[in-house]
Amino acid sequence: MGGEKLGWKDLEIGAVVTEPGSASAYKTGDWRSERPVRENEKCIKCGICYIYCPEACIHEDEEGYFESDLYYCKGCGICAHECPRDVIKMVEEVEE
Amino acid sequence: MTKGKIVGLEGSFAVAEAVRMANADVISAYPITPQTHIVERLAEMVADGELDAEFICVESEHSAMSACVGASAAGARVFTCSAGQGLELMHEVLYIPSSMRLPVVAVVANRALSAPLSVWCDHSDAMAIRDIGWIQMFAENNQQAFDLTVCAYRVAEDKEVLFPAMVHLDGFYLSHVIEDMVMPDEEEVVGFIPEYEHPFVLDPDRPVSMGCYGPPFIYSETKKAQEVAFENTKSKILETWKEFGDVFGRHYSPVEKYRMEDARIALLTMGSSGETAMLAVEELREEGKDVGLISLRLWRPFPFKEFRDAVKDVELLVVLDRAISSGMGGPVCSEVKSALYDKRKDLNIVGFIGGLGGRDIPVKGFKYMVNRALEKVKAIERGEEIETEMIGIRE
Repeated sequence: MGGEKLGWKDLEIGAVVTEPGSASAYKTGDWRSERPVRENEKCIKCGICYIYCPEACIHEDEEGYFESDLYYCKGCGICAHECPRDVIKMVEEVEE
Repeated sequence: MTKGKIVGLEGSFAVAEAVRMANADVISAYPITPQTHIVERLAEMVADGELDAEFICVESEHSAMSACVGASAAGARVFTCSAGQGLELMHEVLYIPSSMRLPVVAVVANRALSAPLSVWCDHSDAMAIRDIGWIQMFAENNQQAFDLTVCAYRVAEDKEVLFPAMVHLDGFYLSHVIEDMVMPDEEEVVGFIPEYEHPFVLDPDRPVSMGCYGPPFIYSETKKAQEVAFENTKSKILETWKEFGDVFGRHYSPVEKYRMEDARIALLTMGSSGETAMLAVEELREEGKDVGLISLRLWRPFPFKEFRDAVKDVELLVVLDRAISSGMGGPVCSEVKSALYDKRKDLNIVGFIGGLGGRDIPVKGFKYMVNRALEKVKAIERGEEIETEMIGIRE
């Protein structure tokens, strides 16, 4: 993957994409200005954040807690807004 | 060496005949004056079983071009035609086959743009789409409309081209005029346009994604690739015209020249007015003026080299535009000036706008342009700035 590295001569005719499912390589996490940060001690594992995430980038870990995949998370904050126990805080991203 | 049968045929029917011989798989077009006879004739051919094509009836030109894009993406040989406002309604979709490299072939019966409503010829519609990446060729008569449509398929579908191609014939002046022309043998036309296979088609066994989203990190690279490929189409266009000449005996050049061997003054036209301009050249020659005629056959990609060669001995170039680039003068004149910038500081270029909305330009109109241009050269020599003049306008 890594379309960012492609030069104009590397492209297929008409910029056709021949690799199925390649949209998964697109790092929508770049769009984010705030990231979700969790306090799992308050979490009741209800899965509401998982259900509401419009990017479908939240997954359940082995212990039943939920995590956002920051490669895709756009930082919309819907998970933080919907969480019934106020587990998730949106924290501003800063330049590293 | 011109083979075939001499027939009397309307320009629109000549185009339809070329599409029938090309054996188009899918036709989608919406009727609009002065193009309607083309699509009507093709609909008749499909209904009568003379042409085995899918005829997709649509509610607009936007949909007609969209249907052509889809059919071409599936690997079909397609055809559409339009004019004036219809081509403008198609405008948004015209970008899709050029950037997705789909060899759609279209014929446009050139028509003015509203308002006021005009169904008559000028080149406003052709000029409005000049930046889109379609190959654009201009026919001077019905024979050329037929021949260039045949060549458009061969060029567009060439593996090294794969760009859409458009043939322009002047609305009414050609589309509705019956002229004699040589109709070649069908077998030879079929042989000239081989079956083609696009390297990427919509195929469930070999899935590809077409027309993908192009974020900032890749959009510029796709445009660079498209532009380099488009500029490279010219050599294939020349090769196709050479081979067409070898088979059918009629030879085409991107820049056609008439009595240019010793010309010091050149008239420049596009489309059907070239034949009237030829008569003006003859009369001006009798008056002792060294006039010749240049007709741009190929408009896109612009034939820079051939154009510069054609005017290399010319001292005065008189350009007719049948369209206005509002606030800028005539589009053809401004483009030929830019093609010669820094190359020919000694060449005077005088532009005129005329023939708008079906206004005829008679022989005396072309003679007026040449004589008026000679006066303007004196003004230029006096250091005066000259403006593009619209001819034949009542005060």
